This record gives sequence, C-alpha cells and structure tokens, in this order.
Amino acid sequence: MATPAGIALKRTALNAVHKASGAKMVEFGGWEMPVEYSGITQEHLAVRQSAGLFDVSHMGEIEIRGPQALGLLQRVTCNDASRLQTGQAQYSALMYPQGSAVDDCVVYRLGQDDYFLCVNAANTDKDFDWIVRHNAVGADVENVSADYAQLAIQGPRAREILANVTDADAGGLRNYWACRARCCGVEGLLARTGYTGEDGFEFYFGPEESERVWNGLLETGKPLGLVPAGLGARNTLRLEAGFPLYGHELDEETTILEANLRWICKFEKGDFIGREALLEESRKGLRKKLVGLVMTDRGIARDGYPVLIGGEVAGRVTSGSPAPFLKKNIALAYMPPQSAEVGREVEVDVRGKKVPARVAPLPFYKRAKRDP
Amino acid sequence: MPYPLELLYTKEHEWIRVDEGIGTVGITDYAQKELGDIVFVELPKTSDHVTANEPFGTVESVKAVSEIYSPVTGDVIAVNTKLQNNPELLNTDPHGEAWLVRVRLSDPRETEKLMTAEDYEAFIREVKQR
Repeated sequence: MATPAGIALKRTALNAVHKASGAKMVEFGGWEMPVEYSGITQEHLAVRQSAGLFDVSHMGEIEIRGPQALGLLQRVTCNDASRLQTGQAQYSALMYPQGSAVDDCVVYRLGQDDYFLCVNAANTDKDFDWIVRHNAVGADVENVSADYAQLAIQGPRAREILANVTDADAGGLRNYWACRARCCGVEGLLARTGYTGEDGFEFYFGPEESERVWNGLLETGKPLGLVPAGLGARNTLRLEAGFPLYGHELDEETTILEANLRWICKFEKGDFIGREALLEESRKGLRKKLVGLVMTDRGIARDGYPVLIGGEVAGRVTSGSPAPFLKKNIALAYMPPQSAEVGREVEVDVRGKKVPARVAPLPFYKRAKRDP
Repeated sequence: MPYPLELLYTKEHEWIRVDEGIGTVGITDYAQKELGDIVFVELPKTSDHVTANEPFGTVESVKAVSEIYSPVTGDVIAVNTKLQNNPELLNTDPHGEAWLVRVRLSDPRETEKLMTAEDYEAFIREVKQR
C-alpha cells in the first residue's frame, strides 16, 4: 500500500498480526493502520460494554528533560504543567501565536525534570520541530517515537483484564496518572488515559515486544469480551464522547477557545505562545464555536457538509457519523456563537438534500462514574 | 462468498441479473466488505430514469458514503423498500435479498460490456493486488 505520492507508509510492529487476523487496513497520518477487524459497530459496542484493544503505536512520543524542561513546556503549551506531580498527566495543546493548536497532546510528568508528550502521528515531526525552535532555554528535547509501541485497552472491563497481566495496581491508578509497570512480562509506562469516553489504560513500551503484549492481553481478555478494535471504532467512540480530533475540530485556523478547550487554557500561569491572541479573543468574543448536532431526520452528516440556518450556510461539519451506541446520527460542527445554543433547529446539507438537525449538549455520551 | 454465474458485474462493484428485458441491480459482496457495516441506503423512486455508468443512489456505512452506479440505462420499475429499515441486509445477503432496484432496460445490448462472474473474480484479484 502506498500514499498517492508513492511514499511508503509506516507500519507498526503489529502490522502483520493485524493483516493475518483479517483486519481491513487504511492509510492514516502516513501509517498503514487497521480500521476494523470484526466491524466498526461491533467493536464500538464491545468498548462501551466490555473492552477493546487498540494498536495506537502510530502515535508520536517526545521527551522533554532537564532543569529547563518545565520552562520550555510552560512556554509552548497552554495548560499549566507546573501543577503536575510526578506520575501525573494532563491534556494540553502545543500552541501557535494566533491561539490555534500546533497539536493537542497528553503531557506526562515522569520525574522531577522529566516530561513525556504523546502527540498525533501525522503531527509528530511538526510538533518536534516547533518545540525545538522555541527551545531558547536549552532543555533536552528528543523525538522518541520509534522507541515506543502503544496499546490502548478501553472499556468497563479493561481494569479487570489488565489486573490479570500486570504487577501494577491497575485499579488503584487514578484517572490521568501513570506508573512504571510490567504488563504481560514487558516493562513500560502504564497510564489511565484514553480516547474513547470509557475507563481504560494506555501502555507504552518497546515495539519489539508488541506481539507479546498484544497476544497476552487478547488471550486474557477474550473470556471477558475483549476484542481487537480499529481506528474506525476509535473515531466513532471519540465522537460520541465529544473529543476533538486534530485535522477535524482542531487546525491552524481554529483557536482552542473556539474548540471548547477553555478548560486547558491556564492564563494565570504566565506567558505562553498564543496567550495574547486568546485573551484578545476572550475580550472580543469568539468568531465560531464548536457544537454537537443530532440529526432529527434520516441522513448522515459527514465532514465538510454545510450547516444551514434559514437556508443559508451558517457553519460546517467537522466530523459526522452514525453513533453505534447512541443509535443516532451525530456530528460536530462550527457555528456562529449566536446560533450555537442547545436546542436550536438547523439543517445539514447532505449532498444537496437539506436534513434537519438540532444543536445538542456535549458530550453526546458520558459514562457512569465508576466505583471508587 | 462465490459470485453467482447468472449475474453480470461492473468495475464499480454492482451486479445485474437480466430477465426478459428487466434488470435487477445490487452491489457485490466485495463492495459490502469494502464498505463495512452498512447503515443507510438512498435509492431512486419508481419511474425514475437511470443511465448506464451514472450514479443513481448512495450506500452509507459507518465510516463512508459510496455512490451506486447503474450498470444499464432504463426506467426504475421497482425499489427494494425493505432496505430502508434493514440496510444491514446488504452486508448479509448482497447478491440476493438485498437487491436495490429493478430497471426496464432501454437497450439490452448495454449488458454486453459487463463482466461475467469469472471476469469479475479476476478483476477483484487484480484490485486487491494494487
């Protein structure tokens, strides 16, 4: 498989395993990745009801270390990394001066002066170059993406499954915390994070051990309903959970305030790239706002479809799909802030056909709080 | 799933079965597998005119929209309304119960350009190797 330009796609260490299991493979962010195994609907429901296992080894990893590491992070990201205790993680964004995101990311603090960023596959090189370019303080920055495979086990039974194969206290690990752990006999970093709206874990480790961890988890989890899940289900799951995806809800043209990410914007931490633009936007008001849409008649909104008010184009869909668990057709779209209130009736131009939809509260899906 | 010998096939992965000037049209097993879980089907109405090699409807899976191309030119005389509420039939029985439309052919010679089951299977093998 090759990109249109004829450039060979990157492959995770599990590429042959996926193909042997009958996965359908697609290009994603320069990688050849499994989009589905048994079918997106079935995989999606497995994650909501039991558990799914995702190969997300395409994700990029960047280390920032040394006495100046925190200073650099505070400059290039919008969240407040100084609040992180060792072992703690936070959702954040690398920022452009205009208030848009270079990328969204998870920042882990692994030690006193030791930070680890998980970034989007397609943006890894761009992110690394951006961080290095703004590294006036002299922190050690390294793109370590090739050193890490990443598997995500997600769903209400993920904790129970993982507990069988790890020496770590999986159940005791708090949400958005990470620890060194051995899983299926392999050393790595175990984090209670994910991108599905379910409880779950992500495990970072050396790619050469990929088959051991993948097979070990599947074997242990199979009786509890664990299935391999592809990028197709990952996308429908994150959409139900209302999470943005870079290249869809986030890009160079969209500020993080417009994307509903005010909560990761810590103005009080001091200066950071993009701060001024975001403060000015806060004062002046947003140009557009990300909303949820639920289709109220037959028709599926897809990325790029216009959203109409009174027959006129008012906004645009950034992600749209049937939602397998909610059994509705849902979408994320940018709308003028004055037309973004929950309950507003709009129409989506579905290939020339006007299909009614309603602005809905986000997230579309929120899991019940787990037992303490 | 084998490709029935009595059907003719297109490079866009539709099939047609012609019987006394009436063609029954559907999508192939290969097409449904490529699409994945089918959730929505949009078809023409009875008495609509369709043209060979032009789209006459859409099939949507969870992840994608795909246009359906008519193998022949003619008038639609029947539409499979069962698919509106059971689009998943396209995944389970694409060559049978999940037919899409019946068309009265304007020019029966148009079918001479279509592929036989054997040709189509060879075509699929070629597509998969790309």
